[in-house]
Parts: sequence; C-alpha cells; structure tokens
Amino acid sequence: MPLLDIKNLSVEFTTRAGTFRAVDGIDLTVDEGEVVGIVGESGSGKSVTSLAVMGLLGSNGKVVADRMSFAGTDLLTLNPSARRKITGKDVAMVFQEPMTSLNPCFTVGFQIMETLKVHEGLSGKALRNRAIELLEQVGIPAPESRLSAFPHQLSGGMNQRVMIAIAIACNPRLLVADEPTTALDVTIQKQILDLLVRLQKERGMALILITHDMGVVAETAQRVVVMYAGQVAETRPVADLFKAPRHPYTGALLDALPERALGKRRLPTIPGVVPGISDRPQGCLFNPRCRFATERCRIERPALFDVDAGRARCFYPLPDGPVGVEEALR
Amino acid sequence: MSDFLTKTMPTTGPVVLEAIHLRKHYAVKRGAFKPPATVKALDGVSFQLEAGKTLAVVGESGCGKSTLARSVTMIEPPSSGQLLYDGRDVVGRTAAEMKELRRTVQMVFQNPYGSLNPRKTVGSILTEPLVINTPMGKQERREKALGMMAKVGLRPDQIDRYPHMFSGGQRQRIAIARALMLNPRVVVADEPVSALDVSIQAQVLNLMMDLQEELNLAYLFISHDLSVVRHIADAIMVMYLGRPVEHGPKDVVFERPRHPYTRILLAATPRVNPALRAERVIPKGELPSPLNPPPGCPFHKRCPYATERCSTEVPALRPVDERLVACHYAEEMA
Repeated sequence: MPLLDIKNLSVEFTTRAGTFRAVDGIDLTVDEGEVVGIVGESGSGKSVTSLAVMGLLGSNGKVVADRMSFAGTDLLTLNPSARRKITGKDVAMVFQEPMTSLNPCFTVGFQIMETLKVHEGLSGKALRNRAIELLEQVGIPAPESRLSAFPHQLSGGMNQRVMIAIAIACNPRLLVADEPTTALDVTIQKQILDLLVRLQKERGMALILITHDMGVVAETAQRVVVMYAGQVAETRPVADLFKAPRHPYTGALLDALPERALGKRRLPTIPGVVPGISDRPQGCLFNPRCRFATERCRIERPALFDVDAGRARCFYPLPDGPVGVEEALR
Repeated sequence: MSDFLTKTMPTTGPVVLEAIHLRKHYAVKRGAFKPPATVKALDGVSFQLEAGKTLAVVGESGCGKSTLARSVTMIEPPSSGQLLYDGRDVVGRTAAEMKELRRTVQMVFQNPYGSLNPRKTVGSILTEPLVINTPMGKQERREKALGMMAKVGLRPDQIDRYPHMFSGGQRQRIAIARALMLNPRVVVADEPVSALDVSIQAQVLNLMMDLQEELNLAYLFISHDLSVVRHIADAIMVMYLGRPVEHGPKDVVFERPRHPYTRILLAATPRVNPALRAERVIPKGELPSPLNPPPGCPFHKRCPYATERCSTEVPALRPVDERLVACHYAEEMA
C-alpha cells in the first residue's frame, strides 16, 4: 500500500471571475521512502496540489477527490483537529521562501521548539536539547548560540536549514518540499539538496520535491510527475523520462533547456503560454501549443495512457528511444 | 591593465565599453561610537566589451554583480577607476555630455512584474525615453514605438494595453523594447530570464540573440544560471566578493576551469544529462560578510584546495592558459 494515495484530486477556487480549477483530476501515489519530483511551469498546479495534501488551502479552495489517504488514514473525512495532528508531524512541509515563511518576531529556537511542544509534548531541558540536536543535523554551526537568533540574523541558506529542522523535528514519514532552493544561490542550493537527500536516506522518509528546475529533479528524484495546467501530463521513472520523454510537452520543455542546445544558436521554444482561467482549450489542454496536434486532440480530451514504466496523457506519445522532437517531426 | 587584458583576450571588433580597475566602496555605519566600516562592493574590476558580443558576469548574491551594473549604467559613479565609452572617460564630463552618454547604455531588469509602471500603457512606457531625450513629435514617437513592438514580437494593437494584461514573457519583451528605444550600443541585462519559466526563458533568450545580431548590440549579461550563460555569452567573468576570480572566453572557462570557485559553481549547477554532471566538489560554507572579508585569498575559507599561503597572500589576477585567473595554484588546476 502506498504511503500517500491520491485518486482524481481536483481543487477549485471561487473567484469573482468564476470558478477556476487549479488542479484537475490528478492521481498521485508516493511509496514509503520514495523521492517523487513534481515539475511544471508556473500555473501548472504543483503548489496547490501540495497545499491540498497538507490541508493548508484557504477557505475558498474546494478539494474534491475519489480518494486521498495517508498511511491508511482517509484525509477527506478526517475532522480538522485530527488532521492537524498529522500535519506537521507525519507529513511536514518546507516552503519556498525561507525569509518569509519563518516568523520574524520569534527566535528560530522558539519556532523549532513550538513544533516539538505541540506534537511530541517535550519540555524543559529535553526540549532544548532536541532543538540543538536538530540544528546540528541540518548542518548549522554553533547550534546552541543560534537558538536565540532571529531569522533576519541568518542568511537565506541558514534559514532554509532552520525550516528543514522544523519540518523533520517530529520524524515525518513524508516531507513535502515546495521549491526549497529556488531563492538560493547554486552552491547553497547544492548544499540544501544534498542535505534533503541525506535526511531522506537516513530516515527512510518519503520526499515530494516540487520544482520548476529540470536539473534539480533529474539529480534528486526517483520518479517524476510532469504537470501541465492542473493535470498530470506524464509520470515516469527519472532516467527514462529524461532519456526519452513520451509526452510532447515534456519533450518540448527539455528541448528548451539551454543545456540540451549546446552548439545550437537558437533554442527550440514552445509557442504561447499555459492556459489561464478563461482560455482553457477544448480537447487536450496542450493542443494549441503542440506541434503534433491533430483534429482528435482539438476535440477529445486524452486520458492518462500507460506507456513503458509510466503514463502519459497523449493520444500520440513520442516514440521510445533517445530521439528529440526534431527527429520525431520528420 | 588594459594591455594585460588585450594580450590574454585579443579583441576582434571595436571596443564599445572598457572598465579599468573599477572600484566602488560604500561606507557603512556600525553604531554611534564605532568608525564606519567599508564595504568593497567592487574591488578592481577590468573588462572590455565589444560591439555585437556578450560578456556574462556570474557569481553568487553579494559578489558585486549588481553594483557593477549600477556603475556601468552610470546610476552611481565608481569610487575610483575608469569607465570608457568609445575610449572616452565618463568621469569629468559635463551634465550635457553625461546625458548624451547615458543614452548609449540601457538596462533590462530581472523582474518584469516590478520594473514596468502598472499605471502606464505600453505606448507611454515605450515613448517616455523619447519624450525625455529627443525632440520627436507625438506621431513620430508612436510610430517608433510600434516599430520596436514589431521587432520584439508584440502586436501593434497591444500598444494601448497596460502591463498587467501581459504574461511574464511578454512583459520582459516590453522591458527589452523600452531599453532599445534610444538605440543604445550597450545593454546591461541583470538576470533578465531568471524570473521566467523554461519555455518562456527560451523565447526571450532567442529574442535577445536576434536583436544583438540585428542591431550589433553589446550585452553585459548578469546571471547566476551557468547553463543560460553558456548558451548566450562570448566571454565570461566569474566574480567573488567584488573581484573577478576568473575571466576569459566562454569555452576556455567552461571546458577547462582553472579557479576552484569556477569549478565549484559548475559542479553545483544541476544538470539534466547525467553524463554532464561534473565530479562532486562539495562547496563548503557560505559567502563571507563583505564587511569583514577574510585575509589572503577571499575564497580560501571555502576552498577545498587552500593552503597556508592562501590565507596570507592575496592572489593577483594573472594570465594562465588563455584566461585571467586569481589563484596561486591555477597551473595545477587542470
């Protein structure tokens, strides 16, 4: 049984312009100890998905799903106070901007100890020692003296380490990291990713890594979920996906990376933008930007079809084997 | 210094912009009874920029990239050193000459959501530089704006729209169009694509390269993304704590990096292709405070190869193997 099992999850927001479906029927499973990467451009619904899993959506976000269970517990029918016992303890989250997600009015020590007090019932000396131990585990030098530091006294990388310390404080079984390194420099990004992977391995915890950076996913995740306009476009094991993407969107995204265009002067681009609230097309959501779209794609919405060792939402998946989109067109 | 540069990296075209030993020091107050400290945001930067070429400046936050952009665009005067446009020094010009000179260098900012005035239409954003700097009439200005919109791939009917009606990529096109309205020769682009999604980033990079070819523009391209830099740049300057640590032609620096910091930056960049992943040099620690830089080589505290000598003696920038590098052991870093 997977640790996190989500079937047909949709999230709708009611706005003045009407209802907007930010997440549109996605399936997501995460096994114990697995690293799943979710990639997508802005507006693809990756953050909303993670907030729905955490139960952190605002009151205007309506969550509908056929199934949403964590370690056998049905999250959909759980009452709020029982849900809060899971959130922050068994499922924890690291947010994108360490500078804005920590409370500037409290010391980092207080913010770590708060979690431990609520979920583990620790107090006094034991509480303090556990907080120091956590700061040590995430690689903060001189942890005793840092307990009384405020977030503004630490660098971005150090604050992100504090965020991770808070997240792993109660030994979660699932850690959701939403763009954990986007605001950081590359050398610090490398340190933080190494830290997350090390903690994941040591503790056998499952990790959902949400990012827009293909390189980060390629180096860190075991399985990748590519999202487009609130839907899963493709889900595959990491090596297969980067070697031979089957969905035209994944293929086009990879081709647009400067790293893959070495020697070429022009980068292949994807025309247009991700559809927003008012311009969702009929048929396949990617069809207006897809070079392979046919009449069928414009009318009928494809389901997630099984392709080798994964699934892709396309009637005409790209051929297997390491060929670029250029060759497939010919 | 300037013949030093020319010897290592011979120029092929006309040099539009040359910086010689550019320094920018800021005094920072530390409290009522302490003497103010000095932050050396730029500490001796020299480079040459040719027409039609791109010099990329890379480094982590706090390395002086943005201060360099502010100096080059004449937003702030340098504390010392020379800045030459077409061989003419910027320092000592009259106000009128400065105004004329400022037209030759324009800037594109990182965040297209923050750098466009939300209360102005595209038309008035694009024509404003013309109103200030040229005697053009209203009709002429509008025609020029329409021409520039066509160049950057915006439709003419979008001229009366406001920035919020555009996507991020389109807004960056507007920002680029605005920078080009006065026919500059140098464009300073401060992280122009880092706020954009991958597919949009590719569109904007293509546009910038097309415009460079068409208008023979020189780009000073500031970025932290080494894969983007590798795609667009001709030469690259890696900076650390206000100083260049490695400076040379793109392929030389990327294929045979000689400074440990360059190697660490390259190794830390996440790669999609497993074959391209460099051997892991794990970066130690973080950028030290520019208020209190370490003695000797500014990088020695984080450097995996540092020796006794590095903690006492500041390495000079010197030519090694077709590039300039500031490391005592550059020869051994092969």
